[in-house]
Amino acid sequence: METKTITQTTTKKQTITGSEAIIHCLLAEGVNLIYGYPGGAIMPMYDELYKFQDKLQHVLTRHEQGATHAAQGYARATGKVGVAVATSGPGATNLITGIADAQIDSTPMVCITGQVASHLLGSDAFQETDIIGISTPVTKWNYQVTKASEIPEVLAKAFYIARSGRPGPVLIDITKDAQFGELDYEYQPCTHIRSYTPTPEVQEEALDAAAVLINAAKKPMIVWGQGVILGEAEETFKTFVEKTGIPAAWTILGVSALETDHPLNVGMVGMHGNYAPNILTNECDLLIAIGMRFDDRVTGSLDTYATQAKVIHFEIDPAEVNKNVYADVAVLGDCKESLSKILSKVTPNAHTEWHQRFKDLYKIEYDKIIQHDLTPTKGGLTMGEVLDGINKETKGDAIIVSDVGQHQMIACRYAKFNTTKSNITSGGLGTMGFALPAAIGAKMGKPEREVVAIIGDGGYQMTIQELGTIFQSKVPVKIVVLNNEFLGMVRQWQQLFFDKRYASTEMINPDFVAIAKGYHIQAQKVTKREELAGAIKEMIACPDSYFLEVCVEKEDNVFPMIPSGASVSDIRLE
Amino acid sequence: MEKKTYTVSIYTENNIGLLNRISAIFQRRHINVESLSASESEIDDVFRWTLVVQVTEAQIKKIIGQIERQIEVIKAYYHTDEETIFTESALFKIKSDLLFEERQIQNIIKESHARIVTVNKQFFVLEKSGMRAEIELLHRELKPFGIMQFVRSGRIAVTKSEMPISQLLGSLTKEEEYAFS
Repeated sequence: METKTITQTTTKKQTITGSEAIIHCLLAEGVNLIYGYPGGAIMPMYDELYKFQDKLQHVLTRHEQGATHAAQGYARATGKVGVAVATSGPGATNLITGIADAQIDSTPMVCITGQVASHLLGSDAFQETDIIGISTPVTKWNYQVTKASEIPEVLAKAFYIARSGRPGPVLIDITKDAQFGELDYEYQPCTHIRSYTPTPEVQEEALDAAAVLINAAKKPMIVWGQGVILGEAEETFKTFVEKTGIPAAWTILGVSALETDHPLNVGMVGMHGNYAPNILTNECDLLIAIGMRFDDRVTGSLDTYATQAKVIHFEIDPAEVNKNVYADVAVLGDCKESLSKILSKVTPNAHTEWHQRFKDLYKIEYDKIIQHDLTPTKGGLTMGEVLDGINKETKGDAIIVSDVGQHQMIACRYAKFNTTKSNITSGGLGTMGFALPAAIGAKMGKPEREVVAIIGDGGYQMTIQELGTIFQSKVPVKIVVLNNEFLGMVRQWQQLFFDKRYASTEMINPDFVAIAKGYHIQAQKVTKREELAGAIKEMIACPDSYFLEVCVEKEDNVFPMIPSGASVSDIRLE
Repeated sequence: MEKKTYTVSIYTENNIGLLNRISAIFQRRHINVESLSASESEIDDVFRWTLVVQVTEAQIKKIIGQIERQIEVIKAYYHTDEETIFTESALFKIKSDLLFEERQIQNIIKESHARIVTVNKQFFVLEKSGMRAEIELLHRELKPFGIMQFVRSGRIAVTKSEMPISQLLGSLTKEEEYAFS
């Protein structure tokens, strides 16, 4: 196999084709693993992938959507940019769900699509689609390359934009003639774009103002989000929390930045979050938001959200400040920098009485909900006890990848995390079908870690074809389907708000074990409580991929719950 | 909060597709862009977009944030009518006969300070720049005589106060940017 070895970040000029240049650019950006699906307009690039397969691994997914979610899972588990490749037309449009997901969840991803030859653009050629137009609202940046000579500069910009500041997806569409064309190849990483300020400077005055509020607060509360993880600020954040002694709650994308068992970790906010942090959001005198964006699933009704409290917002994206919740003090910038700079300005505190309020409310939630969820003694299996069983086997060291729905809320509520970048789920977009391919990316990015996908019977069937990828590429992920034979979250809403009119939420499911076995994946089905612990043990002990179906109670609901449009303090326990 | 007319000025790199990105921000929020114009700006290689929208101040602040988030947008500003000097331009195409047969038309043209761009045997073209109300008045006055074609441009505006953009760009020179020969 003949390959040219140009893998350094800066190289001497030499004449190569556009498609070969794409490979060199990817290697120069440190990419060694990409996900994709070939097709007509991207064939020149695939031809080069064939030649470079010893340096750049391409994983063939079974659908382009799977490629994007796998790239997302990889990015979320590693912090690096995930890469997905597809052909023009339907290949490109199939990427859109994953791109939209990455956009709303700030996931660094570069998508490369093939495009018809430039002389055919606009002529409705075979498999031509205006993917630039289609992807514009859901990408951080996109660009159509029509000349081979543009490739190094454009790809350098793509990676820089995807990973810098608030990360996001970038789509680069490359016409077939640009892939075939020749260029004098030379690569330089991009470090600056004049119209783009990825990370605003941290202002000393903002830090001072924030410190004054923090030091004066009697009942302060922290709500942190994924920004802490994206900014790799976990250690600084922990020091800040420990020094100030402030109770810290998390959004579902923020969890795992601080270990679950940390004494200052008071749980999850939002619609199905914990009782205490939701209730006390409307009692605290200072709300410190760090790297989160006040999503409506977090805030409930904005009219009644923390109106009694002063708000400090640590945020990298100026467009998020005052978007949903007014910030009395906005600390713009990278939270790793701002948190480390504010450390010397804040005074140590314990807030003992205030913490007791959280403990008292937790006790109520534990007695009413958690106890039954985790250790039920009668009735069908609960999703919570499956999570509890997984916690016992993995000791909180696994990466948990969840899909969307009831099982996702249960996974986020009950999964134990000891290390960061361990909770991978579709937060903002709520993309059913996310988990199975995302788990593939997470496992390939972090092969040394246990990766457990928790999926509902509905979402599982949206990307079930990726079992083929798991089989072919030998990805040892553990797949747990919590089967309640319903689209459970929608059914729960139908029960609570639509007088139990279960419109199109009941699922008649196939034999999931037989399907997994058809892909040569070990599989087991559990229907009884006494079988559960053993099955989980066997799954975790298995060195290969493993499928476990757990038949859970059909009509269980997830509580606590803030009804849509209600106030966080109106959270219901039943 | 009360809706007001805001003139949005956006300084950008010239880039295909940027119009799409900017208009998508308004479209998502169901905001009608009442007028739009694009041109070069006072700074070399920097383009300037001028949009007019009717929104609340709270809305426009959020929109400006989302516009500035776009990679190729250098800076965006919003201003009220009181803070800007603005104008629109309109063209009227009218039958030439009327110019001689209808004495009233000559008076209208004179009083409106409109300019005759061209005259030939068939038609003449009248150009009027100014405030929307002045153009609308002229349109109303000419309409009874028959207008063959009418077109009005988007608003263009400069601000009464200084735009901090030039200073900003001074610190962000293009030379620093990734240069690929």
